[in-house]
Amino acid sequence: MRVFLTLTRRELAGYFLSLTGYVIIAAATLLTGLCLCSILSQLLLKPMPMPLNELFFGTWYPWLVLIPVAPLITMRSFALEKASGTYETLMTAPVGDGHVVMAKFAAAMMFYCIMWLPLLGCLVTIHYFSVKPPPLDPALLGATYLGIVLVGGLLLSFGCFASSLTQSQAVAAIIALGFNLGLFILGNSVAELRGKFGRFGNLLDCFAISDQMQDFARGIVDTRAIISFVTLTLLFLFLTLRVVDSRRWK
Amino acid sequence: MIEVTNLTKRYAGHTAVDDISFTVARGEIVGLLGPNGAGKSTTMRILSCFQPATSGTVRVAGFDVFHDSLEVRRRIGFMPENNPLHPEMRVREYLKFRARLKGLGIRRSRERVATVMEQCGLNDVAKKIIGQLSKGYKQRVGLADALVHEPELIILDEPTIGLDPHQIRSVRALIKGLAEKHTVLISTHILPEVEMTCSRVLIMYEGRILAADTTENLQHAMSRDGQVIAEIAAPSQELQECWATMAEIEQFDVSPMDGSFQRCALTPRAGLDLRPAIYQIARERGWNLRELTRSRHSLEDIYVQVTRPEEEEG
Repeated sequence: MRVFLTLTRRELAGYFLSLTGYVIIAAATLLTGLCLCSILSQLLLKPMPMPLNELFFGTWYPWLVLIPVAPLITMRSFALEKASGTYETLMTAPVGDGHVVMAKFAAAMMFYCIMWLPLLGCLVTIHYFSVKPPPLDPALLGATYLGIVLVGGLLLSFGCFASSLTQSQAVAAIIALGFNLGLFILGNSVAELRGKFGRFGNLLDCFAISDQMQDFARGIVDTRAIISFVTLTLLFLFLTLRVVDSRRWK
Repeated sequence: MIEVTNLTKRYAGHTAVDDISFTVARGEIVGLLGPNGAGKSTTMRILSCFQPATSGTVRVAGFDVFHDSLEVRRRIGFMPENNPLHPEMRVREYLKFRARLKGLGIRRSRERVATVMEQCGLNDVAKKIIGQLSKGYKQRVGLADALVHEPELIILDEPTIGLDPHQIRSVRALIKGLAEKHTVLISTHILPEVEMTCSRVLIMYEGRILAADTTENLQHAMSRDGQVIAEIAAPSQELQECWATMAEIEQFDVSPMDGSFQRCALTPRAGLDLRPAIYQIARERGWNLRELTRSRHSLEDIYVQVTRPEEEEG
């Protein structure tokens, strides 16, 4: 546990010791702010009886943040260490491969959660300055952030896997970006594809990440979605572990 | 401390390490010497559990590097080639991180970091960012990292590469000082480094160990038929006649030097030491003798001879 915490702290600090972390947070905050401004201006013209977070996840903006940013967060996790040679000092220290994988993933998740904090700040600010503020339902917010964490877990675990495959951060980011885009497109085509796969069509719902995220934003916590996200996340973490372990049988 | 038995490492298309065996006793400083591509780094990576062997067994402090990898890693401090560090971290912060990573508790890591920083002369740069340090200081940080958890075995891959002569001296002095408490295995292709720091040498070439002994023994073995150089003030003709009559001398060469002195290079028949006989002759004939030395092979000569390609030998 001590090793895991030490590594996680170091990995998380790594994001803030370089400019990358600040740029990612700034870009995500800017996009979130722009999206909320655009939603508010639309609400001025045409009021809608929907919570703001649901409206937010009904737009493309959060995906504009998630799809490119998740690879940017994870591309450094293994690729940077391999390129700089610190992977050798890390793996010759008395540290288990599982600890390394979990620490890198945990640090990426923490950074990702920090990245989403400005959204919470925006929602609270809007709530505070509304003339007739709708109640800021904590359960609804909780469900929204649960969705954010689950989607993030899936995308970041794949990002870690992609980063473990190569020494190049750019290659790792491109692989993860391709996966994220593919998953997003697949998720948006589930309705059309479901009929073609007969009784297995329902399995495709696992990949309908934007629909599932919208459900979470509506306050619907579907255990099927939780299980599918957690399972896929664990699968990619397991694959990452196998790749890390593979140096011992190459 | 280290037991390597029939170790082989093959990559696609070539054999990096070819069936080598050696042992290193506790407290020894052993140099792994060889040209680039001899298999030194691969051997070290296997010893430090970073890579598996294709065949053979490697045991460190009685633990198998493959099956008891974590136990082995607890007992070794490894400084890889090029000494990779986190350039964005500060020296003390980095060493603390490494100490914690190697399983030391908060108090113990604080103590050990202070000790190794003192030992490696890093106190002046404790708060500096590693990326801004000179290469010499970076190398010391790498060494401090290898030492921080008080490992039984320290493995250093090319520890002085790229350093200036002053930095090389200080790193070598540091390594020599480790012998009291640790076993040290150093890989290098710089010969004086081995001569100055190591008690024993393993010469590797094309994945094989060609020679393994103390530097003194290797030099002794090589100099058994070594030349004797004598600088004598005597007529050249007289000297040549004298050497020609001596049965112990196989070959000689007399060349003039400053004043009346002649430089005589005398090659003895195998196993003979000519020096007492030459001294005796010089005394009897009243020659003025100002130098009488048996040429010692430097480690460089040994290395060149041992690693000479076979076709060149033929």
